[in-house]
Amino acid sequence: MSAHNSASGAAQDGFDEARAREVIDGLKGLQGAALPILHALQREFGYVDQRVTPMIAEALNISRAEVHGAISFYHDFKTAPLGRHVLKICRAEACQSMGVEKLIERLDRMHRLKPGGTSPDGELTIESVYCLGNCALSPAALLDGEPVGRLDNAGIDGIVLQHTGARA
Amino acid sequence: MTTRIYIPGDSAALSVGANRVADAIAAEARRRSVAVEIVRNGSRGMMWLEPLVEIETMHGRYAYGPVKPTNVAALFDAGFLSGDPHPLGHGKIEDIAWLKRQQRLTFARCGVSDPLSIADYCAHGGFMGLEKAAGMAPAAIVEEVTASGLRGRGGAGFPTGLKWRTVLGAKADQKYIVCNADEGDSGTFADRMLMEGDPFTLIEGMAIAGFAVEATKGFVYIRSEYPHAFAMMERAIAEARKTGLLGANIAGSGRSFDLEARLGAGAYICGEETSLLESLEGKRGQVRAKPPLPAIKGLFGKPTVINNVLSFAACPWIIAHGAKAYANYGLGRSRGTQPFQLAGNIKHGGLVELALGITIRELVEDFGGGTFTGKPIRAVQVGGPLGAYFPQKLLDTPLGYEEMLAVKGMLGHGGIVVFDDTVDLARQARFAMEFCAIESCGKCTPCRIGSTRGMETLDKIMAGKDRTKNRELLDDLCQLMTDGSLCALGGLTPIPVVSALTHFPEDFERPAGVRMAAE
Repeated sequence: MSAHNSASGAAQDGFDEARAREVIDGLKGLQGAALPILHALQREFGYVDQRVTPMIAEALNISRAEVHGAISFYHDFKTAPLGRHVLKICRAEACQSMGVEKLIERLDRMHRLKPGGTSPDGELTIESVYCLGNCALSPAALLDGEPVGRLDNAGIDGIVLQHTGARA
Repeated sequence: MTTRIYIPGDSAALSVGANRVADAIAAEARRRSVAVEIVRNGSRGMMWLEPLVEIETMHGRYAYGPVKPTNVAALFDAGFLSGDPHPLGHGKIEDIAWLKRQQRLTFARCGVSDPLSIADYCAHGGFMGLEKAAGMAPAAIVEEVTASGLRGRGGAGFPTGLKWRTVLGAKADQKYIVCNADEGDSGTFADRMLMEGDPFTLIEGMAIAGFAVEATKGFVYIRSEYPHAFAMMERAIAEARKTGLLGANIAGSGRSFDLEARLGAGAYICGEETSLLESLEGKRGQVRAKPPLPAIKGLFGKPTVINNVLSFAACPWIIAHGAKAYANYGLGRSRGTQPFQLAGNIKHGGLVELALGITIRELVEDFGGGTFTGKPIRAVQVGGPLGAYFPQKLLDTPLGYEEMLAVKGMLGHGGIVVFDDTVDLARQARFAMEFCAIESCGKCTPCRIGSTRGMETLDKIMAGKDRTKNRELLDDLCQLMTDGSLCALGGLTPIPVVSALTHFPEDFERPAGVRMAAE
């Protein structure tokens, strides 16, 4: 990868144009390749850098507006890096019936964390999602892609303590 | 002798520690020098018992749950490897009344077999439908599915056979089979459970659809909130390709069918079929105006069968056992079984597959055991975020497509969310509008603007501002959204709102600032 870095100059934010091009070239042959490419870029860099827009447009022979349109439409695609850990909390009806809104209030009151926000040390991002399909074990969450069921006060405090600088 | 132990790898089981339990059991077995083979099966759907560990003995499979890692040593001491009693024991799995009373056709294998073993799949009746379909003419397969009375299990309830017939009749160089696995409704998890616990059933169902309409390519569009289901489908597709169950000349039929799993990107609207097709094409997930129907002009402009996971997954059973056997289940025009999902504030939540026509009360009380909190049930929302909130007096309504419409609700995807007496239906109504505002694709005005105006109007009503006038305004807005929206999101959002207003008017009439006592 160092050869690529020297060629394109990997930016400080971790974005690497040559690597992005590799990802795009590897997937551009798929039918309807835009979403698979965007997912792959987000996996690679943690977000979708706006510098990929013209690259995808060129590779798929579509307009930049169409690429930008797709990126901005979907909740999943982030235009800036998130925290190192991401806690997605379900706030849909089944989880509401089991008191998820009280957990959201607690996050704010006890830990000064709000959905859409990241802890000051950049370690933990909180996101709202609407249904994780674990509705018989609500409230449900996804911590770095791993499911958490029956989330309660102790559970949420534990996650914050373990994944932010708050433990120090 | 090696003892086989089943520990679910299902997301719900993982969310309460199934991996830690599996590790603890493996470690304890090593410590005691006992030979065990751990199989990561799907979930049986008894979520309050997860992680549910099953031991295979000479006399059948014995169930223990919910197991914590700290219980493991005591379970070994009690002789659970021979199925001996323990306080967490439930005897033989098939004798558990909650499972025994079900009619599992679509979910017959889920939790039973190893989800990634084709040999196990076949040993439990898998691929019987596809083998039979391989020897049938396309029109005969379509006829069988039509005669079964199967209707779209995603929520719309459109006859599946009719959709397939249209695609079979369409002339094109390429046709597609698309599976809608964008299971976004709160309170639903049947698609996820099936993809994680018995993915070959979905693959088989889609291949049968491919044979029926002469389509050679399929896509499963899975929501990104389901990373485990996506990973399982990818692995299952790879297995199926390896053994010739996907690809060219399947089961010696001379027909080809291949499949790709695709990941959604967090947009609820992509559960709407035309929006899903746009998304698969790599575009913004904006709804298309109909006509043309996807059956005529669908994915990449080609004739496309697009069905829900549960619709496809019902087809292997229908073809293997015959349309008549399937149609024998059900009520009125709702034939067959529905995998219902009991969710929210419920004691015994999980998956109950039964013939359509069971009442809401039988499900939430007899199966569900009432609320998790032990308080009285005040409201039950049936059919996801676009479904109605029902009060106690409507809980004896049978769950069928027409029966739900008759009480101004909808069956949807069969999700049932229970609320206890602390629920504030004014807040739930507001949330329905808020959710619509968050998830609207923006293409039509009644949905895009109406949902935000609805939220604001409900805020005013809750705050006690010009209540009579604002109630009238809200009624008018709901009518407009129902009549004028392009798709079901804007068109059905008024259902939960109107049901809350109709059945729980007191929640909208409290003095401002006074919410439910428990709030």
